[in-house]
Amino acid sequence: MRVQVLIRPKEGILDPQGQAVEQALQALGFEGARNVHVGRLIELDVDNPQQVPEMCERLLANPLIEDYEIVIEHAGQMRSAAA
Amino acid sequence: MRFGVVRFPGSCDEVDALLACRRFGDAQLLWHKERDLGGVDAVVVPGGFSYGDYLRAGAIARFSPLMESVIEFAREGGPVLGICNGFQVLCEAGLLPGALLPNRSLRFVCRQVDVIVENPDTPFTRACEAGEVLSVPVKHTTGRYHAPGIPEEQVVLRYAPGQNPNGAQDDIAGVCNAERNVLGLMPHPEHAVDPLTGSADGGRLFESVAAMVPAA
Repeated sequence: MRVQVLIRPKEGILDPQGQAVEQALQALGFEGARNVHVGRLIELDVDNPQQVPEMCERLLANPLIEDYEIVIEHAGQMRSAAA
Repeated sequence: MRFGVVRFPGSCDEVDALLACRRFGDAQLLWHKERDLGGVDAVVVPGGFSYGDYLRAGAIARFSPLMESVIEFAREGGPVLGICNGFQVLCEAGLLPGALLPNRSLRFVCRQVDVIVENPDTPFTRACEAGEVLSVPVKHTTGRYHAPGIPEEQVVLRYAPGQNPNGAQDDIAGVCNAERNVLGLMPHPEHAVDPLTGSADGGRLFESVAAMVPAA
């Protein structure tokens, strides 16, 4: 089963990478671009999707500084799973 | 006194750390695939880019066979010193509170900094006075320490005013665990053990640990 894990900097943590991208977008004239944050996408095939939250807690994300969202493929469509 | 210095694939400061330890005691390298710590009295987790720093700095190294033994050694009270990438590994391993984030500047910083000894009551700083200033280099991209609510007594080293190189919370450069037998710091004491390279202040940390066990 195909799974995506979306990892984002936790809200309130300074994200200089997001700020740099936001400034670059504004420099290109995209003045309406705001609140830019840069995270990470991990894609994987798993036999048992119920193991994915533990994978996130133990390795894929650092819950101190990152939030994660698990997206699971259902009938060809990706749907967000309750984390 | 025998130090063990961990070597991961991607470590790059383990030889400097080994040579720094040998100024104050015996020292040997410990390969990441081993589980046996060889009866060492203290462990140094050195700087570098363990396992390529893939995913997050220290995230994969933390699960190496040797680190399982280091975690056990630390839980039994053994002194463990994590420098730079080693600090990141110890945070990922849960031996130290908090996490290291990318520098506020997003730049690699490499410069000499002054750090203040805030807590001399640890195995790594007992040779120092409270408030003593050590001149040591930093060189990292992911050194912005983040640990909301960390107790003040666990802050062992702080960057001197105006010298915070990475945006670390409260100018924190080094922290210990609640039991004080594990220390992590971003600056590199192993690169400051000879006046030839500008400062020998880093030796104070190795000297402190070496004093724990009398020379054989």
